[in-house]
Amino acid sequence: MSWIRRNLVLMLGLAVLVYTFVPIFIVVLMSFNDPRSRNVYSFGGFTLDNWLNPCLDPSMCDAVVRSITIGMAATLVSTVLGTLAAFALVRHRFAGRSSTNLLVFLPMAAPEIVLGSSLLALFVSAGFAGQLGFRTILIAHILFCLSFVIVTVRARLAGMDDNLEQAAQDLYATPAQTFWRVTFPLVFPGILGAALLSFSLSFDDFIITNLNAGTTTTFPMYVWGVAQRGVPMQVNVIGTLMFVVSIAIVLVAEHRSRRQRRAALT
Amino acid sequence: MSSVAEQESAATEGAAYDGLRLRGLTKSFGGFTAVDRLDLDVPRGSFFALLGPSGCGKTTTLRMVAGLEAPTSGSIELAGQDITRTKPHQRPVNTVFQSYALFPHLTIFENVAFGLRRRRVREVRTKVEEMLELVELTTHRGRLPAQLSGGQQQRVALARALINEPEVLLLDEPLGALDLKLRRSMQIEVKRIQTEVGLTFIHVTHDQEEAMTMADTVAVMNAGGIEQLGAPSALYENPQSTFVANFLGQSNLIEGTVIGRSADLVSVDMHGVAVSVPAVRSHADGAKGWIGIRPEKVLVGEPGEELDAPGNTIPGGVVTDVSFVGVSTQYLVRMPWGQELQVFAQNTGRNRLFRTGEQVELSWRPEYAFLLDHDQDASAGAQRVDAS
Amino acid sequence: MRSGRTGYLLLLPGLLWLLLFFVVPFYSLVATSLYDPAGSDFRGYEMTYRFGNYLDAVTDYWRPLVRSLMYGAAATAVCLVLGYVLAYAIAFKAGRWKNLMLVLVIAPFFTSFLVRTLSWKLILADDGVVVDVLQTLQVLGDDGRLLATPVAVVAGLAYNFLPFMVLPLYASLDKIDHRLIEASSDLYAHPVVGFFKVTWPLSLPGVVAGTLLTFIPSVGDYINAELLGSPNQRMIGGVIQSLFTDANDYPAAAALSVILMVLIVVMVLAYVRRAGTEELL
Repeated sequence: MSWIRRNLVLMLGLAVLVYTFVPIFIVVLMSFNDPRSRNVYSFGGFTLDNWLNPCLDPSMCDAVVRSITIGMAATLVSTVLGTLAAFALVRHRFAGRSSTNLLVFLPMAAPEIVLGSSLLALFVSAGFAGQLGFRTILIAHILFCLSFVIVTVRARLAGMDDNLEQAAQDLYATPAQTFWRVTFPLVFPGILGAALLSFSLSFDDFIITNLNAGTTTTFPMYVWGVAQRGVPMQVNVIGTLMFVVSIAIVLVAEHRSRRQRRAALT
Repeated sequence: MSSVAEQESAATEGAAYDGLRLRGLTKSFGGFTAVDRLDLDVPRGSFFALLGPSGCGKTTTLRMVAGLEAPTSGSIELAGQDITRTKPHQRPVNTVFQSYALFPHLTIFENVAFGLRRRRVREVRTKVEEMLELVELTTHRGRLPAQLSGGQQQRVALARALINEPEVLLLDEPLGALDLKLRRSMQIEVKRIQTEVGLTFIHVTHDQEEAMTMADTVAVMNAGGIEQLGAPSALYENPQSTFVANFLGQSNLIEGTVIGRSADLVSVDMHGVAVSVPAVRSHADGAKGWIGIRPEKVLVGEPGEELDAPGNTIPGGVVTDVSFVGVSTQYLVRMPWGQELQVFAQNTGRNRLFRTGEQVELSWRPEYAFLLDHDQDASAGAQRVDAS
Repeated sequence: MRSGRTGYLLLLPGLLWLLLFFVVPFYSLVATSLYDPAGSDFRGYEMTYRFGNYLDAVTDYWRPLVRSLMYGAAATAVCLVLGYVLAYAIAFKAGRWKNLMLVLVIAPFFTSFLVRTLSWKLILADDGVVVDVLQTLQVLGDDGRLLATPVAVVAGLAYNFLPFMVLPLYASLDKIDHRLIEASSDLYAHPVVGFFKVTWPLSLPGVVAGTLLTFIPSVGDYINAELLGSPNQRMIGGVIQSLFTDANDYPAAAALSVILMVLIVVMVLAYVRRAGTEELL
């Protein structure tokens, strides 16, 4: 009885955690599902077919490839622009700092539907109504990733001891050497984290994309489309893959930092 | 860039000063002047301490010497060369930072090797190993800074700066983060290393005991300028301002009126008692002044008792507080004019203890007293209980 | 801190992007909301400063608007309860499993938002286990269902935005000094009293951040309402989306967007002021 009382909170916490995994379990299970018909979304039997023929519907794989392409491009641009801006915000003095901070914060605070409709209003007013597609999606994705990159890298930079760069200069490092030997290696984990976050935000975005995509289809838009007609089981294969790849990245990162710590001990 | 070569070039130029020379050095931040027209000569090979309370400009001075802060005006000369506008990475000066500023992503070995690698010095390995041996950290070479204790990190910071054999090594409160016991042993350790390597050390601190223990010359700084400079014992025994008298140890400062000056002595009327001060210890020209005497120089005895202090005897004291601290007994004695004086009596076993409320007489040898300018604030530099 | 041109140069590209694709679009949105609704995106719109668009939008769509705010608030409340338990367990009870549990909190959300929500559709399906159990327990009637009800939509929202609640809560709970809680029990506080007098007030910054991060995206979301609900559970995001893409009524859609933004800003400011945590913004 006292054991239960002592561990009640932990048990409840674990229950919540288990609950968050229930839909993932269904997704993984369904990726091995052999459906009895396209419209019946229930488990019909175990099969590897979905995994062996992921591109049974070629338009799904096209959408996945398009989402990956957009995700990589948006990540690249937003990470570069955001990192530069974060350096400026932390390291340089300039007028209008607080309004800049507000400008960085607002896109993260505004509901996606508002961001998406504003962009659409701009594109239509500018006469691009007929040209919505890859480029407009990319512009939108870079926008909402940018704020997250700035905030992440800025936090990492602000947490860095100023004295480290001064110490490097004091120890005969030129400004360039100081940057590449000290500043960059210390900020890099923040930049990498920001890039991974950007990619997953971009890959998963639906609401903003849906407004600005025209006839171009990304993976979330594909899922949205088939949700009405009957979902091919391959969607669950992609869902499972996303889960597995993300976990693998997290584990590799964790393992590397642990190994570094251990190597340093010997 | 060996120091020998520098020495030779300085010698050929003849009169050039081979140490560090600051002239009219000034640093203003907006409307605030942190360092005000500072002149200072630090002889080569000395262990020099800049001592002062926080905000006195000592760290700013150090950072200007390191090149991390640009002076508003004035000049910095090192071994005869003007380095006022030289970039920090081009100065033969290294710093041990208050926070150590060890590179967290590099091992101890790479931290120590950092300066050598930037200057493309050969035989990095041998030199780093030698230096790690000097600071007794050979077994820790592969670790990261975060895995070391505070004292060990401090030694790495020292090694990382020392290995470059700088003309001047700057230490910015390097022992401030350590606990008292460790700080004591590190003081001795740093002093040992300085003697061993023979480089010029400039040590910034607010801890007067640390400055006196380690340095052979101490400069007391206050409000952006130097109050007094000299050997620790000279500063302590003959302070020239109320600030130094109070900041370096403790002093009793008693108001007095000068009644006569001869070649050797200044006579002062101190609330009706005539006392004298040696002329060389008088730093006041006016009609009034502050008589200064260190608490441990004051003797306390029963009224009429023969004390071993021919000269200045002040009757009429009443003991108001007694603290027994082992090596000595500290008394507070209220004098007839209302002021409470501090007296530290060594517990030699020869003197009896006095109790609160007892009538006593105080006395001191004239050669221990000093006379300070009456225009100065008698409480300047005093450490208040509520401020710490 | 360095001054000079470099700072501006570094900031310029990112700032331009934000100005060009965030500030300027918002002006376009406001402008669009004042166009003459007789136009269309192909024929073009006429600027008539027609503020009546706002009145029309509210009259026609006040139901989904109010519904969105209510669903958002309900989902936030559910998240707060679940999230607090989880964050508390991680911060104070997880011991050396802390990092693992934190990874597990975000792990499920690496899978696509839409795929996750579809998975909920399956769980809550009429012939699914959950409905069966609830029918057996007589919580639901024999032909009662979960899909196409507000419960399903709120549950979906609460599930999808849970990490936005847990992480800030964890961050502020983790900062609390254990000795404070010990001190409160030393001063004769019952654990429950200690929680409300010490832990809860100290975790308020996390509560405020977490509720905002959950509430704002929940209100604007329409994926859960469309996939798990019926037209009776339609939320404002879905209305805006279909006004833009299906009905081609840009002024009405833009007016609704502006209204939503203003409502959220006003509510957030009022909330933050009440909670006394202005410094969070």
